[in-house]
Amino acid sequence: MDPERAAEIERIFRAEHGRAVAVLVRVFGDIDVAEEAVADAFTAAVQRWPADGLPPSPAGWIITTARNRAIDRLRREAYRADRHAQAALLHARDEEVEEGPVRDERLRLIFTCCHPALNRGAQVALTLRLLGGLTTAEIARAFLVPEPTMAQRLVRAKGKIRDAKIPYRVPAAADLPERLRSVLAVVYLVFNEGYAASSGEALVRADLCAEAIRLGRQLASLMPDEPEVLGLLALMLLASSRRAARTTAGGELVPLAEQDRDRWDRALMAEGQTLVRACLRRNEPGVYQIQAAIQAVHADASAQRTVDKERGGALPRRAEAASAAATDWRQIVQLYDQLLTYDPAPIVALNRAVAVAEADGPGTALALVDALDLGTYYLFHAIRADLLRRLGRDVEARTAYLRAIELTDNTAERDFLRRRRQSLGG
Amino acid sequence: MTLYMLTIYQPDGGPPPPEFMESVARDLYALNQDIKAAGAWVFSRGLHAPGTATVVRVRDREIVTTDGPYVEGKEHIGGFWIVEAPDLDAALGWARKAARATTLPIEVRPFQDVPEY
Repeated sequence: MDPERAAEIERIFRAEHGRAVAVLVRVFGDIDVAEEAVADAFTAAVQRWPADGLPPSPAGWIITTARNRAIDRLRREAYRADRHAQAALLHARDEEVEEGPVRDERLRLIFTCCHPALNRGAQVALTLRLLGGLTTAEIARAFLVPEPTMAQRLVRAKGKIRDAKIPYRVPAAADLPERLRSVLAVVYLVFNEGYAASSGEALVRADLCAEAIRLGRQLASLMPDEPEVLGLLALMLLASSRRAARTTAGGELVPLAEQDRDRWDRALMAEGQTLVRACLRRNEPGVYQIQAAIQAVHADASAQRTVDKERGGALPRRAEAASAAATDWRQIVQLYDQLLTYDPAPIVALNRAVAVAEADGPGTALALVDALDLGTYYLFHAIRADLLRRLGRDVEARTAYLRAIELTDNTAERDFLRRRRQSLGG
Repeated sequence: MTLYMLTIYQPDGGPPPPEFMESVARDLYALNQDIKAAGAWVFSRGLHAPGTATVVRVRDREIVTTDGPYVEGKEHIGGFWIVEAPDLDAALGWARKAARATTLPIEVRPFQDVPEY
């Protein structure tokens, strides 16, 4: 088969994987049976689609084919007195296959994958595997663990779902806020792992960002009335709109103030800003919406600059600096104040201090930073170093840069800090 | 339906003050009534202190009996429930109430199905 066709089939299966597995989990009451069935349908599609052409509804074809293949397989196994297969067949008899019911099946599946009885690593792996349709090898690569380790993690998690009977159900209204927090945390963790990879060569592992946004879009379409779901999607869109500008062609890190704002992705930014405005209008703020609002203020500054440019205004020599200066830092500080009431974490206070440095000067910010107990966190030292540098306290800045360099494994971040340190001379 | 064991993890040391124990006992009684009313109750009972435990094991085919408990630690099983529940969320629902009543951590663990012999 020509590789384009093969890639097309793979793309369709990946896009429909979550829905197909979700429907089949309900039909058979078993994740392994569902996964195997979808894999069988993939094999069938590779054989049939190139000759027959794409079916009118690929999702429907996949689900029907997978279901039929699974029933054939289970009948063979049940005949050999496999109790597991008998149970799955019995389950299937009572369940109808329907495509696109009122409440999407994927919603049940994601709440199962992100059940608080599973540890975060297992939640992430299951979500990427079952909803995202990533292979075990791809997930292992993304999280820099050996493939057998990731396979083991998935087997163990699925075993717990089966043995402890973690239900396949959208939680009751009373439990929804807590359970939704866990779902959003999983998606945001995937995004952050992609956006600021904690280790490795590339600063950004774009695949994971794209996957998190894809999951975020799924969630937003499944739960359009949850403002935090929209807030998270907006946050991810706005953050990734700056992705191209965050590194140079050589992979070097560019700090926000020095980014070329013409390289920010306008389409992502506009989509994110529209979402932020829509969810803030509901006046049910939450941590993701506020963080998205902070990102939106940065985006506003860049939009302002575009307007100036279109008006033919004289551009300053360092246009990017002018744009950072156009940022409404006062408003960002206020948003961080609000965020701290929901999430009083030292890391939030650290980020707030960065905004204070722009609004009130590095001296005020340094006092705030020094009061935080974050000595083992590289960004704490990196930010301290930057503030000390701006205050002309070069000797202390050099020490702080050194400490930050020691504490990060991300090559791009480390190179950036080294360059900064060298620029101080000495 | 699945059977779950809800285990209380209790810190070693002397018993808490009597008025505290009284309120815990009241809450536990009410909880057990709830579990029974829901038809989920199979068994529940508190254990004597870990110092009352005795360990029996086989060493070189000989039975060796020693003073317990088996696991050295700062906390031990203080008692447990066996409940029947349709799924983990239902079992966790009882566990939440048990944790509130005892003020102690509760471990929820599913029983295996009855094997076929």
